[in-house]
Amino acid sequence: MKLVYIAFQENEEASAVIASFIEDNPSATVRRYPAMVRIEAEGRLTVRRETVERRIGREWDPQEMHLYIISVSGNVNETDDEFTLSWGQQETAR
Amino acid sequence: MSSTKKLGLREKYRLMTRGLGWDTTYQPMEKVFPYQHFEGIKIHDWDKWEDPFRLTMDSYWKYQAEKDRKLYAIIDAFSQHNGHLNVSDPRYVNALKLFLQGITLSEYSAHRGFVHLGRQFGGVGPRVAAQMQAIDEVRHAQTQIHALSHYNKHFSGFHNFNQMYDRLWYLSVPKSYFEDALTAGPFEFLTAISFSFEYVLTNLIFMPFMSGAAYNGDMATVTFGFSAQSDEARHMTMGLEVIKFMAEQDPDNIPIIQKWIDKWFWRGYRLLVLVAMMMDYMLPKRVMSWSEAWEMYFEQAGGALFEDLARYGFRMPKYADVSIKEKGRYSHEAWAALYSYGAAAGLHTWLPKQEEMDWLAEKYPDTFPDFYAKRLEHWRDMQQDGQRYYASALPQLCQVCQVPAWFTEPDDPHTLCKRETEYKGQHYHFCSDGCKDIFDNEPEKYVQAWLPTHQVLQGNCGGAELPDVLKWSGIDVGRDNMDFAGSEDERHWNQSIGERK
Repeated sequence: MKLVYIAFQENEEASAVIASFIEDNPSATVRRYPAMVRIEAEGRLTVRRETVERRIGREWDPQEMHLYIISVSGNVNETDDEFTLSWGQQETAR
Repeated sequence: MSSTKKLGLREKYRLMTRGLGWDTTYQPMEKVFPYQHFEGIKIHDWDKWEDPFRLTMDSYWKYQAEKDRKLYAIIDAFSQHNGHLNVSDPRYVNALKLFLQGITLSEYSAHRGFVHLGRQFGGVGPRVAAQMQAIDEVRHAQTQIHALSHYNKHFSGFHNFNQMYDRLWYLSVPKSYFEDALTAGPFEFLTAISFSFEYVLTNLIFMPFMSGAAYNGDMATVTFGFSAQSDEARHMTMGLEVIKFMAEQDPDNIPIIQKWIDKWFWRGYRLLVLVAMMMDYMLPKRVMSWSEAWEMYFEQAGGALFEDLARYGFRMPKYADVSIKEKGRYSHEAWAALYSYGAAAGLHTWLPKQEEMDWLAEKYPDTFPDFYAKRLEHWRDMQQDGQRYYASALPQLCQVCQVPAWFTEPDDPHTLCKRETEYKGQHYHFCSDGCKDIFDNEPEKYVQAWLPTHQVLQGNCGGAELPDVLKWSGIDVGRDNMDFAGSEDERHWNQSIGERK
């Protein structure tokens, strides 16, 4: 089993992003700890800019996650439109 | 909005890293960047380096400024409302003392290391990433000092962390760890700090511990912890990137890196014994046990990581199996020792209450009742008879990790684990095979170790009697040390809580 995960502070700004991760990754598991939420899935997790923007009703830059991210496991790939964590060779060309 | 005119993330990253670098012409590049060859790492094309977050300096300042504004708003509110009185139990504050004494100046050491790399790496991508991380690390040290300065107004043990870090015996564990990394070459430093420590191990400091702080009502610590940890996600990603980058540059790099991974996994694991004690003994309300955290963050997450890195030819760090064998014993053996040396510590120690003993027995059914509970009960009886146990002999320190050799054999919990080696006619002692291997690979480095107990015996630490040594180490004797029961901290706490009621 090769889990990837991402953990966020549990706060107002992060809540829409957490909800978007859950929406974009139906097989993900959500674990809640004091002040912290951890989302994990086998192999891959992605969040799309569009999903978050629909929830918050404004433009969203995936780099805003730097404000409330706590930790990640997996290879990170970030573009203008999505943020992905995965194990194995990255699909996106460098 | 003019979003069509905005630079894409890739293009911006290229301009703000590669676009800012140049090849020197007045002096050859190898003279401008003199440190990047002697370790044997071969780099053919620095442009293959890419920060997966593609963070650039302009965005960096914007986000960091916002993080600090949020953090200081909470620290101010915490201080103005006497937030320290909301912690679950006054014993908890001793975990913060250990954090300030052991971790905060280690952050500052990391800062120094990244300042060096931010100048010395030939590639502009990693140079920019190292510059950002250098600023992060000094920010962590400063915000931790600021947040904990409120506790300093109300509790002992916070007032002299600078001097303690340089002199107090158990703080030579983190100090020597970072000095070992700082005196290595730049690639080893990155493997040590960015990969082995940040990627493989720091989750264990920040996630269960900060979540534990939240659970124990300590909002100031949660906030600086999580604010720091939001930088760690980037540092961890850099740690993984540096390993992949070096491996992809040249297959000759792989055996060199694997040796560093073995060394720095073990060094880091031994350093984390401080965290194991915090989790199992120092948090009055516990989120998870050390053993559970090790399973989740090392065995599971680290297992997935090394499975992924196997495609380059990397394997799990040597002695990872020993860390798994020790997970049911690690915190118990360390806390028993720190309790015994409670007269020589810059914080208070105590025996677990009955409900805490029950929790330990529930979390560690195979080890705690048989190997550790009886000793704690014996000490409890002694304490009730007015004979609180304090060890008086100096411990035998490990030449490499500087932790006293207080652990048991990986395969035999009834026997203390000790290893030794002879080098140029001198005997050197170790706590484990992991530390002995590290010494045997670089004996000329580790024969120079500044071992506190040896220094005491050589007369270099303020005097021959314990109070002299403690005073020299920065401890306010009789106030910062000894058992929590009967301490000034306990009296002040009871008084404050009484007044509030």
